[in-house]
Amino acid sequence: MLTIAEVEHVALLSRLDLSLEEKKLYGDQLSKILEYAKMLDELDTGDVPPTAHVLPLKNVYREDRVGEHLPLEKAMQNAPERDGNFFKVPRIV
Amino acid sequence: MAQYETVIGLEVHVELKTNTKIFCPSGTGFGGDPNTHVCPVCLGLPGVLPVLNKKVLEYAIKVGLALNCGIAEFSKFDRKNYYYPDLPKNYQISQYDLPIAEHGHLDISVGENEKRVGITRVHMEEDAGKLVHQGNISSTPFSLVDYNRTGVPLVEIVSEPDMRTPEEARAYLEKMKAIIQYTGVSDCKMEEGSLRCDANISIRPVGSDKLGVKTEIKNMNSFKALQRALHYEIERQTEVLEEGGRIVQETRSWDEAKGITMSMRSKEQAHDYRYFPDPDLVPMVIDRQWVDSIKESLPELPDQRKARYISDYGLPEYDAAVITSTKELADYFEDCLKGYSNAKAVGNWVMGDLSRLLNAGGMDITQCRIRPAQLAEMLRLMDQGTISGKIAKAVFEDMFQTGHDPEEIVKEKGLVQISDQGEIAAVVDEVLAANPKVVDDFRAGKDKALGFLVGQVMKVTRGKANPDMVNKMLKERIK
Amino acid sequence: MDLFYMTAHELHAKLAAGEISARELCRAFLDRIVSVEDRLKAFITVTEEMALKQADEVDKRIAAGEELPPLAGIPIALKDNMCVEGIRTTCASKILFNFVPPYSATVVEKIKSAGMVIIGKTNMDEFAMGSSTENSGFQPTSNPWDTERVPGGSSGGSAVSVAAGETVLALGSDTGGSIRQPASLCGVVGMKPTYGAVSRYGLVAFASSLDQIGPFARDVDDCAQLLNIITGHDPLDSTSAPGEKTDYTAFLNSDIKGLKVGVPREYMGEGIDPGVRAVIEKALQVLSSLGADIEEATLPHSRYAIPVYYLIATAEASSNLARYDGVKYGLRDEEAQDIVDMYMKSRSRGFGTEVKRRIMLGTYALSAGYYDAYYLKALKARTLIKQDFDRAFDRFDVLVCPTSPGTAFRKGEKTDDPLQMYLSDITTISVNLAGIPGISVPAGFSGGLPVGMQIMGRPFAEGNLIRVAHAFEGSAGHRGKFPSLI
Repeated sequence: MLTIAEVEHVALLSRLDLSLEEKKLYGDQLSKILEYAKMLDELDTGDVPPTAHVLPLKNVYREDRVGEHLPLEKAMQNAPERDGNFFKVPRIV
Repeated sequence: MAQYETVIGLEVHVELKTNTKIFCPSGTGFGGDPNTHVCPVCLGLPGVLPVLNKKVLEYAIKVGLALNCGIAEFSKFDRKNYYYPDLPKNYQISQYDLPIAEHGHLDISVGENEKRVGITRVHMEEDAGKLVHQGNISSTPFSLVDYNRTGVPLVEIVSEPDMRTPEEARAYLEKMKAIIQYTGVSDCKMEEGSLRCDANISIRPVGSDKLGVKTEIKNMNSFKALQRALHYEIERQTEVLEEGGRIVQETRSWDEAKGITMSMRSKEQAHDYRYFPDPDLVPMVIDRQWVDSIKESLPELPDQRKARYISDYGLPEYDAAVITSTKELADYFEDCLKGYSNAKAVGNWVMGDLSRLLNAGGMDITQCRIRPAQLAEMLRLMDQGTISGKIAKAVFEDMFQTGHDPEEIVKEKGLVQISDQGEIAAVVDEVLAANPKVVDDFRAGKDKALGFLVGQVMKVTRGKANPDMVNKMLKERIK
Repeated sequence: MDLFYMTAHELHAKLAAGEISARELCRAFLDRIVSVEDRLKAFITVTEEMALKQADEVDKRIAAGEELPPLAGIPIALKDNMCVEGIRTTCASKILFNFVPPYSATVVEKIKSAGMVIIGKTNMDEFAMGSSTENSGFQPTSNPWDTERVPGGSSGGSAVSVAAGETVLALGSDTGGSIRQPASLCGVVGMKPTYGAVSRYGLVAFASSLDQIGPFARDVDDCAQLLNIITGHDPLDSTSAPGEKTDYTAFLNSDIKGLKVGVPREYMGEGIDPGVRAVIEKALQVLSSLGADIEEATLPHSRYAIPVYYLIATAEASSNLARYDGVKYGLRDEEAQDIVDMYMKSRSRGFGTEVKRRIMLGTYALSAGYYDAYYLKALKARTLIKQDFDRAFDRFDVLVCPTSPGTAFRKGEKTDDPLQMYLSDITTISVNLAGIPGISVPAGFSGGLPVGMQIMGRPFAEGNLIRVAHAFEGSAGHRGKFPSLI
């Protein structure tokens, strides 16, 4: 069972601001899902390599050639707030 | 008071000098208006995917080889997850458990002592963007973000905690810079941020083999700053321990103006980067033949060059070390040799007058107005007897100020050496006649007296008389 | 027959013969959308202006006497997680409610250069997380066969738009069944190609190692035609498979005599609705009557697929969705005083319940101390699941099973219990974990609702799936039935 403190830690890592109710709900549901996932412990995976990619691809590269840049207006067309050429954000510290 | 030993390890970030970014075809050019060197990929727009720039891998292998590392046979990229507004995806593509190169070393010397510092690993990653604040990051009501630098390729080079003094740390960083500049993969300009350094530092009682709690120092923008910050931190940590306190493991920022390090507190205390293999990039299986060909393409590195200067040119070890300490200076030296083959003479001028003038002007060799061919020409003029050594010093200073050709300066200022027998004889006779007592002294065995007479001849000719001829003529006449 | 239930190859013939113009065709579908959309809510954005412009260009080409490419002038709908330059792309999330991409996905470039007419962007479960399209941040979509029921998901809007005659073709994305399951529940053809067969560039990522774009179509022929257009290597996607393009229409009209068909017993066991089972058993008889050799197969690690899928998919998603932070695009909380506060408030307001739940789960699975127990363990178990399929395909040419264990369920029926909802994906998610292709073809009806049959094949054996699906479709005898919307 996930404690509220654990749920809060995960929420902070996820940058999610949860209400107490949500914390309880997610805590419950995550605990259940993780409990269900415990069935993986039945598997002996000692010698099994992990599969991060299903296709056996390797060494995919591009050449070092400059392509097109976005025009400034397109680069910034979705900016929630801007200041001239810059994206603007609230104070960082 | 207990005696403490300092333990220092450095993390060096080097921007690679490729045409394009590590995972997209945006240009890497320094400067440029904010947010104009960006494309959907480096802006982290929804739906975009990274594709590795092959040149970055080649350069990273080059760095690994230059630092005597083993190159991985299998390597991959991982995501390092953390939120910061200069990181558009809120994860950085980096390398975690399978870096491109590992287990290298680099040799430094501080004073008489030589030391080998271990290199733990070299890995590739993408750079973050740039934050612009009005004033100070903690007092500004908002910050501005420029993503031009986002995705510029970096290698991070992590050392073993092998350094024991700030001077060793500085020597390590200077040597690192030289080696990487030699390979040509980076400009390594600390002032432009293409070479950056963070330090991990801890202290422990002498004799202890357990590491103390370390702090990480950031924001040191010069070799001098690195040295100062580490000295400050040793003092601070010693004081904390002496007062019975405990060192807190934290990141501290060097404040150059105040000369202190300050804790960088953040809302999120516990860092948990949740590294996992980036599913958008496929593994690299490094071809050995490729590595061999990169190895063959490596230029001569500082240590090899220094050894060659000692053995082939007979330079003193100290001079060889200084001249090879930056690629630019060593290249300058060798360019001079193309026009003038006496390496010792070139070395003397580079180590002597040239270094003195550069230091006085706070300049480095790249800012020197004297071209190597001009220095060589000046040395030839000396050999030909056109100018004396003394005149040469004046000509050299003039060249340093104006960048003019030595011949031009000599001609313009009438500095051509007087080698005409008759002309010199006349002055010699004049000086002998005016100083009968000194002449007697010389005859009586006072060797010093000759020097005075030579000086008098030079004074009359304003330094232009050929000193060998003057000497010879004086001796002949006094006998 | 109504124009809007015709197939692309039928409409192509009409366009080529000059019986109808591309503009008239486009107009007809736009009108159809207007007349049914209030009951279905399949679209988030209808791109009328762009569609008519593209249709006019096709008409110009026809007028100039150019030979008409197979799908030129044919309307297509795109799931709203594919970027189209200048057209709002939301992923059905409030956090991207106003996002207009300055670039287009590779598939979008491909369908545009094929002369297809993009008619709109379809509804989905937010960020493709869900199996019912109830998790849309804007609106739930209804199943045209029974508007009280869900269309499946997450590509529910795309499935409905094809099933209800709002478009001829559509593209969806499939991470754990998000094309095949709604195709099954809405009675259309839907295919998830092999991982790497279709470029993901410009597809807003949910789980990068599982996501794949694929077609929705009225029949297998149309599916093959659309597959021809969207597949192929893309240098902008490092995980895109290299190699020559295949002509999938070459696999139409092939017979399946002697074809070895395996039926995984794990997919036919408990949990399968009896009505669905009956339809699939009948479908197997059809295959058998066509000369296929049908035997039981086994995929012993099937039961582990659900935890493996939910750990891997959520871990990748937790990282993929970190970029929605209110800095560069999308929703920003304007009240926040500092950046961390801004991140937390914007994300909490912008993401829906299911998305937040999955981000939390994925973050947990990757976090310090749990990585080995959950994420790494899941990657290893994924290997075992993939090996099950490798072994099965040593014996069989294709595997066949129900696409979904049940027919379309009622809205709200499963939303309270996420685990229950996840379990309904059991027959589709293994296909994503193994990276192999899977197609869902209409196999019949149960209780008046469509049932789909899933055919799975070896990596890059899409042609084989087309061949079997096409042979089956021609003999199944349930075609020509359409939802009675009016």
